[in-house]
Amino acid sequence: MDPARKRTVRLIVALSAAVLLAGALVYTSFTASSETRTPSQLASAAKPGQVYELTGKVEPGYRRDGTVTHFRVRDRAGNVSVPVSYEGTIPDPFRAGREVIVDVRKEGAVFVGEKDSLVTKCPSKFTAEQKS
Amino acid sequence: MLVAGKACLILALAVCLYGIGASLYGARTGRREWVASGRRAVYALAGTTVVAFVILEAAFLRSDFGFQLVLGHSSTTTPAFYRATAIWSSQEGSLLLWLLLLSLWSSLILFATRRRLREVAPYAAAVLLGFGAFFTALLVFLESPFDQTPGVVPAEGVGLNPLLRHPSMMIHPPMLYSGYTLFAVPFAFAVGALIARRLDAEWIRSTRPFTLTAWFFLGVGIVLGARWSYSELGWGGYWAWDPVENASLMPWLTGTAFLHSVMIQEKRGMLKVWNVSLVLATGVLAILGTFLVRSGILESIHAFGASTLGIPFLVLIAAMVGGSIALVASRAAALRSDHRLDSLLSREAVFLLNNLVLVGLCVVIFWGTFFPLISEAITGREASVGPPWFDRFIVPLALMLVLLSGIGPLIAWRRATVANARRNFALPLGVAALACVGLAVAGAASEPPALIMFTLAAFVLAGMGQELWRGTRARRVMSGEPVPLAVVALIRRNRRRYGGYLVHSGIAVLFVGIAASSSFADERDVRLSPGQSVTVGGYDLTYVRPTAELRPASNGRLERIDFGADLRVARDGRSLGTLVTEKSYFPSSGPMLGPVSRYFEGEATSEVGLRAGWQRDLWTAVSPDIGELRPIVEEGDKVFSDSAASLPAEQRGALLAEALRGLTARYADDPPPATFRVLVSPMVTWIWIGALIVFAGALIALWPSPRALARRAAAGYAARVGRETRVRVPA
Repeated sequence: MDPARKRTVRLIVALSAAVLLAGALVYTSFTASSETRTPSQLASAAKPGQVYELTGKVEPGYRRDGTVTHFRVRDRAGNVSVPVSYEGTIPDPFRAGREVIVDVRKEGAVFVGEKDSLVTKCPSKFTAEQKS
Repeated sequence: MLVAGKACLILALAVCLYGIGASLYGARTGRREWVASGRRAVYALAGTTVVAFVILEAAFLRSDFGFQLVLGHSSTTTPAFYRATAIWSSQEGSLLLWLLLLSLWSSLILFATRRRLREVAPYAAAVLLGFGAFFTALLVFLESPFDQTPGVVPAEGVGLNPLLRHPSMMIHPPMLYSGYTLFAVPFAFAVGALIARRLDAEWIRSTRPFTLTAWFFLGVGIVLGARWSYSELGWGGYWAWDPVENASLMPWLTGTAFLHSVMIQEKRGMLKVWNVSLVLATGVLAILGTFLVRSGILESIHAFGASTLGIPFLVLIAAMVGGSIALVASRAAALRSDHRLDSLLSREAVFLLNNLVLVGLCVVIFWGTFFPLISEAITGREASVGPPWFDRFIVPLALMLVLLSGIGPLIAWRRATVANARRNFALPLGVAALACVGLAVAGAASEPPALIMFTLAAFVLAGMGQELWRGTRARRVMSGEPVPLAVVALIRRNRRRYGGYLVHSGIAVLFVGIAASSSFADERDVRLSPGQSVTVGGYDLTYVRPTAELRPASNGRLERIDFGADLRVARDGRSLGTLVTEKSYFPSSGPMLGPVSRYFEGEATSEVGLRAGWQRDLWTAVSPDIGELRPIVEEGDKVFSDSAASLPAEQRGALLAEALRGLTARYADDPPPATFRVLVSPMVTWIWIGALIVFAGALIALWPSPRALARRAAAGYAARVGRETRVRVPA
């Protein structure tokens, strides 16, 4: 095969691989992602069984019941809150007023957290909001 | 001192602006004195930044709460080492550290190249000073570290976040920032080379030690962060695909690709566009990482919230991307390769493939990290992808990467022959096949990706061992040295080559640890009372007794309260000793909290009980249930708010200490059940050992070889003779 033709074939193969990877990235990310929701969005429209990424602040008054922690998450700026029950280890920074991210699934009136999905935001690193 | 600090920063900004002008003017007109003046502006920037940093550091060390930054991030109860390092736990302090490191590294490279790269260096100096001006402007106009505490200066500060009171977390930021700022050096020289149209490999050779050092420091920073996560965060993992973790990994991956592909440009004059694009992308990704950490645009475990910095960083990134594309496009003709790829079965082709895999990894991580923004832009709904999505792409790409890291050093340059393949690949392939069969029989076949990774790692290690042995044997034939001496001499004479081999070996060991620990871990969350036992991964753990202690700081004040557990460990009926795990409660400074409850409403950290070993780690963390203490805590708050409020401070403090002592005694005497996370994770130690091997290899590759030192000394002597000759000979 002449060198120019060989280079063209190589280029086509490389571009095809790149397009395939890009297509797989786009397809899987849109199908496997969980939608981010605030408590007020979940309170108004949440389909049972679907996984959502809930973000908000922990309300005071959470309680432990064995390895299950029951708490409410409210909007960052607002008062609407939803109940969450989470089984497993709670991150060290978890407490009332802290921002959390947790993957939840609606079961009855409660949102049940997915295992090991609870993230509590690290509070002090680069907290510019303290200044204001 | 606040005024002096501010003055240093303003002076630094003025120096940057002058230096940019002087360097560009000198480069355009060819006037050396202006170029030298621009270079000296970089030294002056380093000087003023050092003074500003020392002023702030001194304020932290002497707990000067007149500095608002010290008040917010340190306290008298913060241990001295952490007071010294608390400076970079703040937004402002970390930006100042960024500027300090940038100015020091920039000074070093410009000093090292002061008699070389005469056409490129002035533009590089202007770019580096541009970065300096950007960060100095942020510190002067938006995030001043030298703000005064308003009103009456309190006697005590908020203190360093207890989660950050870990040696590796304190060393982690300077390592990361060193990596980020050092990557600015090859970026600046690439821009300089493009502007000056000096696109041979000289700028690459001159900046190569800096690129490798950047790669080294960024790698150390990433591993330290993982180690901190594993031993401090109480969840037992070391990587979570958090945006901030990803931000540091992306430039490291493209930097790795660059370090490989520049070898092709140096040897064969190929891949010039690719190399210059990689180094520009690495520079942009380093700034993007800094932007991600500070803008708060993505959900992360880190609550940054400093959205005021988002716009300036976006402007900088847009300028870097736009400028880079324009420069590469306008110099396309000069960037044409000297040679073409001879064969797909060659080291060049394997390096190119390795580059594509590394860039592919970076693209996957970039897409996953920014997917919330992409999703919102396309569908109007914010969505995110989790670790399983990352694993789906990262695992096959990582397997390919390890395979290529084994093939690369064994295959011939230009075109591999059947004889070459048989000679170099027979032994590694044989070892890999044996390892695969042996491990499959031993049970690893239940996790195919892990089995493939172990097989590939065996291939890499056998290949590297074979190369080292062949080199040693050849040297012994020539010199007759004993094996250890021959190995040392061989590595000393070929540091770059054998350092690289060691890096590949370390990467193989590291990936074995990752594959084993992520595929075969046994984990349980269990609630136990004293005397109860649990069996996890073949280990029997018995909760023997609770522990409860008040821990004073060096100044006698209470730093924290520790509640923990002693666990007896046995395996196959044989006692292996005791594991101790604790949860530490640090007092909150919140004004609305009661005098007793503030000790339980502040930050809490886990002290992990860890029994590390070559085969497996036994890891455990306790979560004491302090709910049963709540009524007593609330009662204590009431007592101290009502009757004890009128007591003198000293007496009140003594009473409070007595109350807390009683509370801890109560927990130790009548403990409620505690929740334990127990994790038996195979071969985690291999990750840290692998990382150490990688860094040792990088250091060997970085260390100048005796021949390079001799060349440098000869060049220095020749330059001096040249100068003296020029002075003595009359015009």
